Amino acid sequence: MLLAKVVGTVVATRKDPRLVSNKLMVVRGVDPRGNIEGNYLVAIDTVDAGVGETVLIVSGSSARMASGLKDCPVDAAIVGIIDAIEVGE
Amino acid sequence: MQLARVIGDVVATRKDENLVGIKLLVVQPLTPDHQPTGRPLVAVDAVGAGIGEEVFFVRGKEASFPFYPVEAPVDAGIVGIVDHWDIE
Repeated sequence: MLLAKVVGTVVATRKDPRLVSNKLMVVRGVDPRGNIEGNYLVAIDTVDAGVGETVLIVSGSSARMASGLKDCPVDAAIVGIIDAIEVGE
Repeated sequence: MQLARVIGDVVATRKDENLVGIKLLVVQPLTPDHQPTGRPLVAVDAVGAGIGEEVFFVRGKEASFPFYPVEAPVDAGIVGIVDHWDIE
């Protein structure tokens, strides 16, 4: 899974019916120390995350196992809001 | 599967209900000569690994299999702790 920061939201009126009423967020990868790196990504939010929060992203087919996303055409989902990351060394 | 070192842990109170009770660790993929390679990522722990240990992890939906029948939404999971490895 990826650590990411929520940097925005996406509004789409015309979309796959299975995406209706899901919240779409723009996220960007962060390293374990919180420094932004990597690409922008659109992810479905399943845990009520907000802009500015650090979140846990599950990608690929596993994203469909997130709550409420069974059989949805998604490949990235926010499944947790990070309180703390502790890195040794 | 890929070799990695556990370098940290992640605390998340608000998360998918199927992640409750599962340990989240930060792993750094390693080359065969134990050097870091690529970006660190978060993997779930199915074997009781700890910080500093060398492990191997599986990517993709298979990472959730150790938690069956719970369908945990995870795409990387530690499935073994490495005692040592030898490259000829």
